[in-house]
Amino acid sequence: MSRLVVEGLTIRLPPGADRENAIEDVSLSVAAGEILCVVGESGSGKSVTASAVMGLLAPGLSIAAGSMALSGEDLRAQSPEAWRAVRGRRIAMVFQEPMTALNPLMSVGAQISEMWRVHMNLDAREAERRALAALREVNLPDPEGALRAFPHELSGGQRQRVMIAMALALEPEVLVCDEPTTALDVTTQAQVLALIKDLQRRHGTAVMFITHDFGVVAEIADRVAVMRLGRVVEEGTAREVLTRPRHDYTQALLAAVPGLHAPTARVLSPDVVLQVRGLTKTYVSRGLFRRRKPVRALDDVSVKLKRGATLAVVGESGSGKSTLARCVVGLLGSDGGQIVIGGAPLPKRRRDAARLVQMVFQDPYASLNPRRRAGAQVAQGPIAAGTPAAKAIQETRDLFALVGLDPESVGRYPHEFSGGQRQRIGIARALAMKPEVLVADEPVSALDVSVQAQVLALLRDLQARLGLSILFITHDLRVAAQLCDEVAVMRNGVVEETGPIGAVFADPQSAYTRSLIDAIPGRALFGV
Amino acid sequence: MRAAKAYLRSPAALMGTAILFAVLVMGLGANFLYPADPLGLAGRPLQWPGADPRFPLGTDPSGRDIAAQLFHGARISLLIGVVATSIAVVIGIAIGALAGFYGGIVDTLLMRVTEAFQTLPNFLLLLVLVAVFGSTMETVTVAIGLVSWPPVARLTRAEFLTLRTRDFVQACRVQGLGDAHLILREVLPNALPPVIVYASVVMAVAILLESALAFLQLSDPNVPSWGNLIGLGRSVLRTEWYVSAIPGVAILLTILGVSLVGQGLNDALNPRLASGR
Amino acid sequence: MRVLRLALRRLAASLPTLLLILAGMFLLLQLAPGDTVDALMAQMGGGDPALAEELRRFYGLDVGIAAQLGRYILRLLTLDLGFSAIYGKPVATVILERLPPTILLMISALSFAFFFGLVLGVVAARRVNRWPDTLISTLGLVFYATPSFWFGLMAIVLFSVYLQWLPAGGFGDITQSLTGIAAVLDIAKHLVLPTLTLGLIFLAIYLRIMRASMLEVLSLDFVRTARAKGLNETRIVVRHVLRNAMLPMVTLIGLQAGTMLGGSVVVESVFALPGLGRLAYESVVQRDLNTLLGIVFVSALLVISINFVVDILYARLDPRISSDT
Repeated sequence: MSRLVVEGLTIRLPPGADRENAIEDVSLSVAAGEILCVVGESGSGKSVTASAVMGLLAPGLSIAAGSMALSGEDLRAQSPEAWRAVRGRRIAMVFQEPMTALNPLMSVGAQISEMWRVHMNLDAREAERRALAALREVNLPDPEGALRAFPHELSGGQRQRVMIAMALALEPEVLVCDEPTTALDVTTQAQVLALIKDLQRRHGTAVMFITHDFGVVAEIADRVAVMRLGRVVEEGTAREVLTRPRHDYTQALLAAVPGLHAPTARVLSPDVVLQVRGLTKTYVSRGLFRRRKPVRALDDVSVKLKRGATLAVVGESGSGKSTLARCVVGLLGSDGGQIVIGGAPLPKRRRDAARLVQMVFQDPYASLNPRRRAGAQVAQGPIAAGTPAAKAIQETRDLFALVGLDPESVGRYPHEFSGGQRQRIGIARALAMKPEVLVADEPVSALDVSVQAQVLALLRDLQARLGLSILFITHDLRVAAQLCDEVAVMRNGVVEETGPIGAVFADPQSAYTRSLIDAIPGRALFGV
Repeated sequence: MRAAKAYLRSPAALMGTAILFAVLVMGLGANFLYPADPLGLAGRPLQWPGADPRFPLGTDPSGRDIAAQLFHGARISLLIGVVATSIAVVIGIAIGALAGFYGGIVDTLLMRVTEAFQTLPNFLLLLVLVAVFGSTMETVTVAIGLVSWPPVARLTRAEFLTLRTRDFVQACRVQGLGDAHLILREVLPNALPPVIVYASVVMAVAILLESALAFLQLSDPNVPSWGNLIGLGRSVLRTEWYVSAIPGVAILLTILGVSLVGQGLNDALNPRLASGR
Repeated sequence: MRVLRLALRRLAASLPTLLLILAGMFLLLQLAPGDTVDALMAQMGGGDPALAEELRRFYGLDVGIAAQLGRYILRLLTLDLGFSAIYGKPVATVILERLPPTILLMISALSFAFFFGLVLGVVAARRVNRWPDTLISTLGLVFYATPSFWFGLMAIVLFSVYLQWLPAGGFGDITQSLTGIAAVLDIAKHLVLPTLTLGLIFLAIYLRIMRASMLEVLSLDFVRTARAKGLNETRIVVRHVLRNAMLPMVTLIGLQAGTMLGGSVVVESVFALPGLGRLAYESVVQRDLNTLLGIVFVSALLVISINFVVDILYARLDPRISSDT
């Protein structure tokens, strides 16, 4: 029997939004012991659907039509007070961002205990006893310690376990998960997914799982609903949807999912354009209040990038990959070791280094100055380097055309471009300096999967046309597999393994690389 | 453009603008309406408002026209407010920008100085400055500017601290652009909106500081200041309280106008908060 | 314990600030035309240069500026603030006599402003953009715009002259000698109007900050979590939002301590309270620079100690501050 049934749900956006309804005529159902994955790109309305089911719509949104029922009871007919009593007890939710989802000033134990204290009126001691049991069930390493800990003392993965423990505290009939693993590292993601699946099976919970990642879908879903622009375009069992998608949009999305097939190996030039030798970087942060332990971000790191090739630096958060990128472009000074570009050490002067190495940044929204015209931000580098303004502006227009933008749009401000277009501007800005080496720091991880594929294709195309040498930083092995020739796997500031990407994927030498590959969601479906 | 439209839509902003405009007109019109010296003897002292049609707001203990002093006082208050605020904002932005952008030892030194200024009660510091340099209008204005910059510096520094690590600033470094470009073209324009909004607070405080100083008879005795008049009214407070009451209302309305304009600017420049979401 | 250590470290960090203040103030006062002796001589109606010379030696004004500064700072380390020529007593004694009314006034004004600012800010945020919010926010704007000395005068007219409910000034009834509870009540009665007068602008500031902070915190993710847990709004506000929203207000106490002390100069002069602020005003008028410098020093100490307390308070409220991870 269906635990949660949503029928013909339409939710209106406030006037002045880009479309009339956030979601339109959405019908979904989740049965006991079943995981329904709701998949879609940003703006598909998947998160709005989740908040509607919880009765937690953002202000401004209103339900225009449709019904929602929990085990046969009409939720919309409930008084606000009755719906509140249902929340947490019969239908619970886990959110995307574990770093901010917990109250920073309250101990973890107190936050979990609240569930029993509020809904069951248990006394403090009994509630705490149960909270401890709940923390044990989600496999936290030190449950007693975690009970007394404050959220900031736990890692992201641990906090998400706490959130899951809290959501499942009262054995709800339905669990809503809104991208619960998106903010986590890939190995942690694999563990959390396994945990959710295990608990769901043991308690027979109905789970509505919101995600943008088809890998995660393949890993966890029983049934799948694909959403686009507020509508459900396709629904079916996981096997059906993933292997025989009927709708064009689903097919396009699935085609855009990067597989883990290493590209056919190219013949690489023996000429090394970038060489990093024994690079060391230690962070010592001293605040007014606290003195942290020094963190060794780079520990004797050596990598080589061949001319015209792409080297992927892969690692999880805290691996030092971004520190490496910032050292190579001269944004950070190193404590020891050497960076050699085109045979000479990286110059200290900003202006000299700019001709040798350029960078494409991760967040297309943060990497452009919102108050200056796009073209000016591209042309300013060459102008500062001595190119006459008129020539620099003409080159900027040519570059816009090269990266697939309208040359006439040089006069527009960044907010007039989409995320993918902004990333193209970022690439044009880097290319304007005609650098020897292009450092790309997670250039596609903030983009939707279809846009991601386009930007990767652009980089590949540019490399072929201009003979670019790219140092490609990413946390995602699947993305690395798309365009890289060689790979360096990093962990805790140390290079674990390097080699041609095909060889490393086929036969990883380090146990850590192996575990990274194993943790890739949906590997069975899209994988090696 | 969008910000200007948002500003004109805010009722608070319109009301504040109207009040400030009225005060401005009062100040500009003072010389035409009351060409005589407002501090000169005009008639019999301590006439209640309305008692003599020549003095709609009455006369003070020295027989001077209160209305005339009010109009001339508007000019003084606005002038001191604007000039002192400009001084404070320029010093504050310069110090905050350097400290926030460069960090390290520059930041430590500049922030020590800022802290020193903030540890001293600003009114006490103002008293000392006035005691040392005298209390002409120029010195009072400069002194108020000198005691009002630390919050501006802190605010600017905080903005610079977050903005300087933003990717778009880093991208400019990678492009080989110099510090001057980074500070003036990239960071400052993005740091400015909250500082502009805060300038309204600085101006309100500046006007209040001057009037308090004048109330204690420590400001320039040769200019008709609202605070001065309130101070003079103290001696006859128990009977002719209107002498103190009337200029107080003028100060209150002026500060209200400044605050409302500040709120309107805030709504216009930070639209996220204005929508109440 | 850890909290205390942090606060002490902060305290140590403010020592250079204190020295900077002293050096700056001392050099500033050197620019003043005329010194204590000039003021004294003027008070005596003139005198011969030999006497002036004598007096300068007595007050230590006969050596170079650097030496005077060095001497001054050295003496301050032993809490010797010098001698007030005007009052004929050591500056420390004069200041100590005047300190209690000011501290009492600050504590009561701060408590008044903090408590009502908190309550009104919470009410306004809970009813945002509806009439209670509009009313409270408007009141806040008006309170903020009201010059404190003018409010004090008008309060005297209303409550002391017309209604005759409260005394118009002074720190206690000098016509009768009261003891015990009667004396305490008497002082309390004398403090009502000064407290309102000094606290009004801070009430306006606190309520505005509290309202904004509440709205900010209410939009954070963990409040959504609390809603998803099925907590009712009262519990969400009391258990989850309030403490988080109070953090900026606590910070503000420290930042505004100096401003409040400055405000007491005006308020004490309106209500004829024999406090530190009034002493500062008197010493400016009388050009008693030794006393003025002493007051500046003591004010700085006062502000630093208030910040010390605020740091402890903040660290107790926010576990993130005191952990070493």
